[in-house]
Amino acid sequence: MASVSHLFHLEIGVRIMSENIKVEEYILSMENITKIYSNGFIANKSVNFKVRKGEIHALIGENGAGKSTLMKVLFGQEQPDSGEIFYKGKKTNITNPLVALHMGIGMVHQHFMLVPSLTVAENMVLGVEPGKYGMFSYKEAVKLTNDISKKYNLPIDAEAKIMDLPVGFKQRVEILKILLRGVDVLILDEPTAVLTPQETDELFKQLKVLKEKGYTIIFISHKLHEIKKLCDNLTVLRNGRVTGTAKVSDLTEQEISKMMVGRDVFLTIKKDVAQPKETVLSVKNLSWVDKHGKRVVNNLSFSVRAGEILGIAGVEGNGQRELTNLIARLEENQIGEILLYGKSIAKQSIREIREQKISHISEDRMTFGTVYEATIEENIISDRFYKKEFNKNYLMDAKKIKNHVNELIKEYNVRTDSKDLPIRTLSGGNMQKVVVAREFSSDPKLVIANQPTRGIDVGASEFIRKKLVTLRDQGAAVLLVSADLNEVIEVSDSIVVMCDGSIVAYLKDAKRVTEEQLGEYMLGIKKQSDEELREVVHD
Amino acid sequence: MINKIENQFKFIRIAISISIALLLAFLIISFVSKDPLFAMYNLIIGPFENIRRVGNIVELMIPLLFTGVGVSIMYSAGQINMASEGAFFLGGVAAAYVSVTFLLPYGIHPVVAMIAGGLIGGLIGLIPAILFVKFKALPVVSSLMLNYISYFLGMYVIHYIIFDPETGYLSSFLYKETAILPKLFSVTRIHWGLVIGLIVVVLGYLFLKKSKWGYAIRMIGMNPNFAQYSGINVGFYILLCQLIGGAIAGIGGAVEQLGMYSRFQYQKLSGHGFDGVLVAILANYNPKFVPLAAFFIAYVRVGADVMARNSDVPIEIVSIIQAVIIVFVASERFLAGWKHRKIVKASQERFASEEA
Repeated sequence: MASVSHLFHLEIGVRIMSENIKVEEYILSMENITKIYSNGFIANKSVNFKVRKGEIHALIGENGAGKSTLMKVLFGQEQPDSGEIFYKGKKTNITNPLVALHMGIGMVHQHFMLVPSLTVAENMVLGVEPGKYGMFSYKEAVKLTNDISKKYNLPIDAEAKIMDLPVGFKQRVEILKILLRGVDVLILDEPTAVLTPQETDELFKQLKVLKEKGYTIIFISHKLHEIKKLCDNLTVLRNGRVTGTAKVSDLTEQEISKMMVGRDVFLTIKKDVAQPKETVLSVKNLSWVDKHGKRVVNNLSFSVRAGEILGIAGVEGNGQRELTNLIARLEENQIGEILLYGKSIAKQSIREIREQKISHISEDRMTFGTVYEATIEENIISDRFYKKEFNKNYLMDAKKIKNHVNELIKEYNVRTDSKDLPIRTLSGGNMQKVVVAREFSSDPKLVIANQPTRGIDVGASEFIRKKLVTLRDQGAAVLLVSADLNEVIEVSDSIVVMCDGSIVAYLKDAKRVTEEQLGEYMLGIKKQSDEELREVVHD
Repeated sequence: MINKIENQFKFIRIAISISIALLLAFLIISFVSKDPLFAMYNLIIGPFENIRRVGNIVELMIPLLFTGVGVSIMYSAGQINMASEGAFFLGGVAAAYVSVTFLLPYGIHPVVAMIAGGLIGGLIGLIPAILFVKFKALPVVSSLMLNYISYFLGMYVIHYIIFDPETGYLSSFLYKETAILPKLFSVTRIHWGLVIGLIVVVLGYLFLKKSKWGYAIRMIGMNPNFAQYSGINVGFYILLCQLIGGAIAGIGGAVEQLGMYSRFQYQKLSGHGFDGVLVAILANYNPKFVPLAAFFIAYVRVGADVMARNSDVPIEIVSIIQAVIIVFVASERFLAGWKHRKIVKASQERFASEEA
């Protein structure tokens, strides 16, 4: 009798213990999460995601695989259509980000959520302002900031304005901000996307310190070497579903990438040596001043020849966007000259430029690249709808346009049920394919591609990169702007590095360039001499 | 599939909005009326009780065809231009001037009057657009102000140029017989304006939805940055479509005068331009649906009129019905949750069938 009861107690004891372990083990567990967006896009399908306390857990997958959506669900920015979230063993209902923060989950977004004109201290306490009787105490805010920065050994100038800080420090402010709110779990959404290799190393050091202090970190990325360097475990998403969870050390990069895309990715692009011919685009002493009086583009001179790909590397926001917008005539009031086939474009309209077979892939797909509410067809024909071949008498030739668009959809492998669906029903990668189908199908002589593969899946990226090389082989001049160093090095024939609106390096043979080398120029640590830079102008 | 649900919901939303509006109207009628059922009967069935009332609906609908199509074209470029009101009014005044002072043969006279109305209407529609393109002045503000200018300008013409002192009230001379638009059917007052209006609907549809100009205008309306990036001359097309929209409203004003009146008698702005906004919203800025929307608005108006004459409910109830419909049709998130659940279900089904 006694032994039976003893056994019974033992069993309960074991069960309680195992439950305790489970609670200890998984600080966070998301079960069967399904999220479908209003355009019918299934972002997450029955996703299970578990994180142990005190680990750095990588959440990886191609762009559009559903990583960000899953984290938005966790942070309360999106509501799941089904599924449950357990946090510290308790079932929770995270209705908005404040609830998440209150529970102890904080998120650092890819795009910083800071007020640029305020100081670090003011940003830190936004929403939890210290002070008495409804009065804000700035002193207290500075003190809080300094305390927390000392505690975690993340030095920062509390009284500096956010807009004066480099990107790496802005990110540090974001991390400190959520630490100040007393979180246990930090979600970092592609934190290295905007950082140089050197800044990335610095970030990793900080994250390891936080891990030692017992914080749990969810690290979203699609850069495999970073994950190998930093993370303990990983969960891979593909097409909104989990394809695997494993210890990072058990896998090679090749194995991880297979889990991500379901096949081996070619990280290199096969191409022949470029055969540059005549100069198509030449930029001479180009400057541009923004409305705040800042010289965003500073005395640029370079040229692009037919049959070559000139890459422009640089941290985002160093004048690349303004440069391409000036060439595409979206921005006015240039100082200096932009010559197309030796003729200045200053007096030409955008249509006149486009009719000289200039294509432009804007980095801002939502503002310039597409009309969100319009159909795929309407998005494709925007640069050619007026041409004689697509019009009959006074109306557009619906049949001809239909055939043309359907051909392009097939050729560029846009995955959709019909050309008449709004483009917003497509995934990011397919949306970009529509943009590319429009820009690449007009037999371009000069292609300005600004971040052509940002935010889209590996398959579509590979497709677009190959197309760029094909266009080059057909004799087009290509200007490729990208913050993805791997892309710049692989696709370009030569590389120009921009920093602070100026060209700081011209690297004639892209094949012999390393990411670290580019990083030093991008950060402004190194700069080439004027003699070396002069070579980028071919006259 | 998703597309189908989206299209379904456009109609479901309008249908539910109308139902809610009528329900609300019925509630109010029950409060104010001694015999609410009788009043309601007059409101709903009354307009169809005899051929004369059906005629009234069509007569009311004719000017709305013009302003509805005009506003659809103007708004498609993303311009909230309210000048259709002033354009309609001055279009009528211009037609009155031509009808009173010109000596022209049958057939030619109304055409010249309509051209005059269209020209002045186009000019009125163009002014806020010029102010926007040149100086970035918001058209919604400048066009509303412009309506006062149009009104007083029109009244000046009536008062000092074609004023008939014999009538004892503020009106123009009689329109010459050659200028009048003939009636279509003898029993009602439905006139040739209906035919002209329907032609405008067809042309407006082809222009906005099937021509290259309409394509450019719609792209500008949805995303002007994209249009500019693609090489479309944004400023030019904004001017063009405001000119055309205003001209159509102006022609509408002329047609209304020549079809319904024998002399110019408006003492204030007629409201047809603002009704055009109402019609355009209900028609989702698609000229194809303008006749339907215009018919509905005219039907509700005639119903309210019949009800006011036969029962103890005042005609103002019609404003409530209209306002409620517009609020629901214009509110983006109305029924969004239902739609989302339907899309979720459809996607899951599609997903399941793909898996199988």
